[in-house]
This record gives sequence, structure tokens and C-alpha cells, in this order.
Amino acid sequence: MGRLPKEPGLYVHVPFCRGKCAYCGFYSVSDWRAMSAWGEALLREADLYRDRFHRFDTLYVGGGTPSVLPLEDLRKILSGLRERFSFAEDAEVTLEVNPEDVTRDSAFFWREEGISRVSVGVQALDDACLKTLGRRHTSRRALEALETLRRAGFANLSVDLMWGLPDQSLSGWLETLGAILAYSPEHCSCYELTLEEGTPLTAMVKAGRLQLPDEETACEFFERTSDFLKSRGYIHYEISNFARSEALVSRHNMKYWRHGPYLGLGPAAHSFDGRRRWANVSSVREYGQNLSDGRAPLDFLEELTPGQLRLETLLLGFRMHEGVPVAAVGQEETPNAALSRAVAEGLLELRDGTVVPTRKGWLVADSLPLLFSP
Amino acid sequence: MKHIRNFSIIAHIDHGKSTLADRLIQAAGLVDAREFRDQILDTLDLERERGITIKSNTVTLPYTAPDGRRYALNLIDTPGHVDFSYEVSRALASCEGVLLLVDASQGVEAQTLANLYAAMEHDLVVVPVINKIDLPSADVDRVKEEIENELALDADHAVLCSAKEGIGIDDVFQAVVERIPPPRGDSEAPLAALVFDAQYDSFRGAVVACRVFDGRIRTGDRIRMLSNGAVYKVEEVGVFRLKREPRPVLEAGEVGYIIAGIKTVSDVRIGDTITLDDRPTARPLPGFRAVKPVVFSSIYPVSSDDYASLQDALEKYKLNDAALVYQKDSSAALGQGFRCGFLGLLHLEIVQERLEREYDQSIIMTIPSVQYRFTLESGETVTVENPQYYPDPASIKATEEPYIRASILCPERFMGAVMKLCTERRGENPRFSVPGPGRVEIVFDMPLAEVIYDFYDRLKTVTQGYGSFDYEMIGYRPSDLVKLDILVNGEKVDALSLIVHRDRARPWAVQVCDRLKEEIPRHQFKIAIQGAVGGKIIARSTISPFRKDVTAKCYGGDITRKRKLLEKQKKGKKRMKMVGSVSIPQSAFVAVLKTDKE
Repeated sequence: MGRLPKEPGLYVHVPFCRGKCAYCGFYSVSDWRAMSAWGEALLREADLYRDRFHRFDTLYVGGGTPSVLPLEDLRKILSGLRERFSFAEDAEVTLEVNPEDVTRDSAFFWREEGISRVSVGVQALDDACLKTLGRRHTSRRALEALETLRRAGFANLSVDLMWGLPDQSLSGWLETLGAILAYSPEHCSCYELTLEEGTPLTAMVKAGRLQLPDEETACEFFERTSDFLKSRGYIHYEISNFARSEALVSRHNMKYWRHGPYLGLGPAAHSFDGRRRWANVSSVREYGQNLSDGRAPLDFLEELTPGQLRLETLLLGFRMHEGVPVAAVGQEETPNAALSRAVAEGLLELRDGTVVPTRKGWLVADSLPLLFSP
Repeated sequence: MKHIRNFSIIAHIDHGKSTLADRLIQAAGLVDAREFRDQILDTLDLERERGITIKSNTVTLPYTAPDGRRYALNLIDTPGHVDFSYEVSRALASCEGVLLLVDASQGVEAQTLANLYAAMEHDLVVVPVINKIDLPSADVDRVKEEIENELALDADHAVLCSAKEGIGIDDVFQAVVERIPPPRGDSEAPLAALVFDAQYDSFRGAVVACRVFDGRIRTGDRIRMLSNGAVYKVEEVGVFRLKREPRPVLEAGEVGYIIAGIKTVSDVRIGDTITLDDRPTARPLPGFRAVKPVVFSSIYPVSSDDYASLQDALEKYKLNDAALVYQKDSSAALGQGFRCGFLGLLHLEIVQERLEREYDQSIIMTIPSVQYRFTLESGETVTVENPQYYPDPASIKATEEPYIRASILCPERFMGAVMKLCTERRGENPRFSVPGPGRVEIVFDMPLAEVIYDFYDRLKTVTQGYGSFDYEMIGYRPSDLVKLDILVNGEKVDALSLIVHRDRARPWAVQVCDRLKEEIPRHQFKIAIQGAVGGKIIARSTISPFRKDVTAKCYGGDITRKRKLLEKQKKGKKRMKMVGSVSIPQSAFVAVLKTDKE
């Protein structure tokens, strides 16, 4: 196996939650009895990749709700991973947490265990919104969590928020943002609510019991969010992500968007080595079974063609403010016509050999790659 | 010859022509009940579905009369649409009589009348047959009265039957034998056989259906086609028994087929006279004329990769349809394709549907056009049926378009609606006659261009299905023509250009702009659709851009899903036609041709 093109990132999927949030389409279970077996299987899976992935410079423990892991279990996993792989000195180690799990003790413990960055799932500060979303914390609890984490010494906090919620007003949303900024998080992810198939929230919207903002309003939310955070000194570096400085962007997530390699461990986790993508089965039981049988718990593996890689470069690159090199849009027939057109339409800009999306372009980012495919 | 009868069945649509034909075939013992499929003679799927006969079939029925005499009854099937009226006339010319089928509850209808006139033109004996007498709504006495009054036929001896139930079938046979005269002719005279149909057999080439008037024809004879002097050696002659049944000879009075190494049906001309090369007849049979296409449209493959496949399909299709003509054509919007000429709009639809169904082609057809005539300043006259070849407007001195004499038969109460329709369609010089109580025949001189698009559908709508329509070409008349172009974001979509009367340009342009607005999906940018004559914009519509198409999250697991969605969209886009940077779906080209129901 040859060397990976760039330093890879490691992702660990913790598939356990206290309960399912009404909007969430990720794989998770609320039966925690399988937790210790899952932890063992995870390290067994790590063994399978020891030869191919030696060193990582980011680790992201996501889920699910990683903060529900008993502290001992988390310690075992982190030390197990450190035994098997090496991590860069200044590696970014992120833990996703829910406010209800943040206590003085847990916060100190996480610090001790080498977590350098905590991403807090606040989502909203309006208790009615939190209830609609099926969250298990109140707005007060969320703000307390931020304070507790700061006191424990975390200097890199990220807050997850959602807009475009049923009955959410633009002014209410901007107030939420303002309240969060009082804690000066280093990083903010502001996601538009996405309706995932098969979730209770989607069913409610389809049944007409909840209403989402229309296209115009959603655009306004997006633009005002960007304006607001930029005015407070944040960099809008990805469609839904803001950082106080270039150094504080999510280095792990940047690997996804820059088409870098990453290894995902755990049920339903995805991996990419620069050429191939694979995903694990979405079942804790099957995952464990496969690994105790000594097999990789694969759901699928695909080898990408150059064309597919190129398409991915565009679909990912147009999500970032840094854009893609102009060469990435240059191979197809009459590419310059398409580019000039998109520039004339105000969707893209050409800057020093790089094609970058404008804010108008970001709003249609999913369709931008199609401009450059014959 | 005394024991031969040549006849056709003529009827208004749905009066049971095919059912009766099938029943006669079954009663004659050509098929047993187990093999019996409904409507055997209508062999094309399309015919079954639409209940119309497109390609005619012929069958020789053996019949033994009650007195023990054995007859050969040649049932010559006729196509049932105005586009094929010439083929109908040749089939009727091969008969001595017809069964005029009338529905026992519907009574005499417009087409009944038109068919009767056609039969009378050929001096045929007409035997009225009242069908569907088993229906509860049957009113035989009223229908007999109608036959007497409206058709001026003797209804006392009308045959009563129900083809569906098999009632009165023997009466039909007897009427054919007793009332339709046997053919006359001289088997010793030089051969004169009338070609009334030709079908393609992939092993044998063209199978020519003909009626022998004089002389005889055998395997090995050298035959000559009088229209073009082509000579062929006869490989096989025989009669149609659902399947072909070879015979040593076909004689005067008989109907059958000839296989003579003729490669395609395009080498055979309907209405031609076949004679012997070494002993030709002095007189060709009357009524021959070359069939000329009157409606033109271009066919393009949806995906330009399929051009070769379309070419292949057209070549194969053409083997069995001599009336279709085509040549290469190309469009900036749609790529390589074919310009095709058709006998009429139904013919066009048949070709389109058969290419799609039987030859598995995905095609786009352009707006049908007629053949226009331009006199240029130089004195030269050019005919143009493809808007791409519209002459430089500055060089045009006079323009002319083909006119038809349109005759419409309908119940009197629809007269106003039909008048309105015809006037809207630039009909001139209206004439009326009342062929029977409650019915009118309305005759208009009309531009052919006005009927090729959706006239027949509209007529059916305004007459609630009762109107029937027939037309004949009456030559060119001066007209005020312009070329209408459709532009999408300033780029001309050549496949949507049209030569049109100046007064019709704007309504058409407005309709096309509206249709395209509905069919072209929103893009990231604004799309302007315009209709233009010369440099002047006469209609426009705008498609506003979509503002938002973005997924909030795209992390490790979302990438594959996102890429697959894009790949699917890319495929969809490939099937679209690019005009500048606008993707136009195939459905848009189809939609501009759809009938406006309002």
C-alpha cells in the first residue's frame, strides 16, 4: 500500500443516543447494553487498518452522542487508538457533546484525555424549538454547558445551531446567534434544517402539521446569518461553517471538503483513501459480528473513476470559500463558456487561478458541478 | 370466374367492420375458434389500439353455398383514414361490390355516407348490412329508414347480423354470392393486373397484392410494371389465406399476390398496372397516380449517439411503407436527423409511434410543415418545406401555400361550431349541402397548413366525435408567409422555427413561449424565451432562476450520496438538448406540438 497523498483524519462513530431527535437521520441506537462490545469491536476494526493508516493529524469522535459514553469507556477507546496509530503532536481532537452530558467532572475528564476541541449540540435556544426538534435539554442547560466547558479550560469550542425551523422567525434566530456569541465560541456551525427521509419531523411537515420557511425566506436566513457572523469577525469558510480565524476552522472537516483521506471506524462510518470509498454496515450487532469473525464490516466499497473523483472535487470544493483550482473546471468541452456564464450570473468568481463560489453561488451549490459536466 | 366475388366492407368507425371481417374468416374455416384472435386483419398493434385499419390486408375466403357450389370470396380490406384515401380508391377499384355496414343503434353516420360515395364512384354494387342487431338499443326499422332516406338505397333487402354474436353470418355470405356480380375479364387477353397493396417480407422482398383484370400470370413469367417499365421474374403467385398460399396461376378476375424478387415496397407503386414483358397490354388500368408526401417533419434521436440506430430503423421501416420519404437533415439544437415526408398527419403519427414501439427509438419530431412556394425577385420559383431553407426575405417577391378543399360531414347542430373552427383556420368560400335530414356537408377552401397540426382533433372536439373530414389538394394560392424563430436566451432553436402565415405567427409564438416556460426546468440563471419574426420580437416568456439548491451538511457519509445524485442529474441532462447553456428536455419539443384543448 502506497503512502496516502495527504495526512489522513480519523473518525470514530459512536452510535449511541439517549433517544432519537425528531430530525436526525444518522444511525444511532438507544440500547446501551451493546456499548462495551461495540468498544471492543471498534479497536478490532482499528487493527485491520494499522498497516494502511499509520498517522493521523485529526481525530473526530462523533455520533450519535459520544458524550453518553461512560468516561472509562471513552478512556479505553482513546488509549486503544493511540496504541494502534500515531497522532501528530498538535492533532485536533474533537468530541461531539450534548449539553445535558456536560458536567464539571466530565469536562475535566475530557480535557485530561486529550480532547482539544468540543463541539456542542446546542441547536437552538428557544425551548419551543428544542421541543419540536426532540432535544433533551433546555436553552439554559445549553448555555451552562458552554460556561462549564470554558471553565474546564477548553480554548476551542464549536457550537452547532439550526435555522429554518418550524415557526422560527428570522429575528428569533438572530437573537439566538447573538446569545451564543456572548460565549465567543471559536467555531459555529449553522445548519439549515434538512428534512431526512423517515424522520418524525419530515412526517409532520409532509402531513402539513409543521411548516418550513419558503425559498425566499430560507435565502434570507442564509444571507443574514452570514452577514451577522461576519460582522462579528467570523470567517464564513464553508456553507454552514464559521470560524473566528483561519486557524480555527475544523481541520478534520476540511479533509472531507478538500478531498483528503480519512478513516472512519464504527458502525455506519465512511472512509476514503483518495481513490476508494467504503462504508461500514449500519448495525451495531452486524458490525460486532463481522469483526469477531475477523472480517471488515463493510457495507460497500467503491473505486472511483477519474471522472467521479473530478465530480467530487467540484461538489466538495464549491462548498468552501477557498473554491477549486481553475484546472478542476477546465477539462470539459467549452469549460470557459460555462465558467464565464457562471461568473456573469454572479455564481462564481475567478480569483488568482481559483474558482470560488459567491454567496449567491453557495445558495445553489448542489447544482454548480452540473455547469461543468457535458 | 363465375365462382369468384371480390368485395370490400366499408363502414363508419366502430360500426364493426373488423369484427365482421374476423367472423367471416372464422366462418369460412380459415381459423378455428382456439386460434381466433379478435380482429385478425388488423395486424399492427397500433391498429388494434386505435380500432382503425392502417395497412390493409386481403384474404380469400372459401365458401360453399347451400346448393353445393363452391366460391372463392376475396375480401379486400381498406384503410380507414383520409391520409390513405388513394390506397382505398385502389382497393375499391379491385372490387365488384361492397358491404356497407351500418350500426343498428347508431344508424347512418358521416363516414357511412363518404364511403358510399367512394363506392359509387367505382360503380360498385352496394349491399347494406345492419350490424349489432343484438344490442338492446338496436332500432332496425329506424336504421332501415335512414338507409332509404339518407343513402337512397333499398333497405328491404338489407342483411341483418351481429358480427360479435355470429348472428346472420350465413346471410352475409349469401348476399355476397347472390348480389355482388362475379368479375368479368378475359383470361386469354394480355395480362393487366392492378396493384392495390404491397407488403414487405424479410425473406422474399415485396409481396404485391393485385387484382387480375385480364390475362393470367404464372411462376417464371417476366412481368413489367407499366409506370416505370421495370421488369421482374415471377418467383411465386398465390392467394391470401391469412398466410400466403402458392398457386400455379392467377387468372382474370382473381385477387392474389405476386413475389418477383422486388427488393422493397418502395419499388412497387400502388395503382400501377402489371403486364407481361413479352406480351404487354395496350392500355394501363385507369387511375394511377404517384403518391406524394404533403406533410413534412424532421425526426431526431433524443440522444445524438443514437443517430446510426435511427437511420437503421428508418431503413427497415421504409421497406414496408413506400409512402414515407426521408433524407438527411441537421439542426444546431438537435444534431443529425432526417427530414421526412408523409401522406398526412395520421401517417406521421403512425411512423412516429412505430419507430418508438417496434424499433425502440427515442425520437423528437419537429413541427410539421407543408411545402411552400416562393417566387424570388430573380424570377426563380423555389419550394421549401423546411424552415431552415427559408429564402432570404429580401429576395422574396411572392409567397404561396398549398390549399385543400376540406369537406366536413356532421350533424346539423354542430354547423356553427364547425364554421367557426374553419373560419379560424383561414377557411374561405364556404359551401353547404344537406345530404340527408339533420346532416350537413360543409366545404371550405383551406390552407393545408391549417389542418396538419391539430385540426382533426379540434374537429372531433367541437362535433363531439360526430364530424368526419376528408380533403383533396386544390393547388397553390398566394399567401403572406413569414418565418417565425424561437430564441432561448438569445439563441435560435432552429428545430422550433416555422414558416407560417403572418396572422398566425403571434398566437403560435405566444403558445410556444408558454409551453417552453412550463417544460424547461428552472436554471441557476434567468431564461428568456422569445418568438421573433425577422428581428422583431413578437412574444416572450421568462423562466425565473431557482435561488436555492444546497444541502446544509456534507460530511464523510454524505459525499457518495451527493455524488450519485449528481451523476443521475448528469445523465438526465445528457438526454436534454443544450441551447447555449440552457438544457431543454425532450418533453419541451413534444409539448410545443400538443393540442391546445382550450
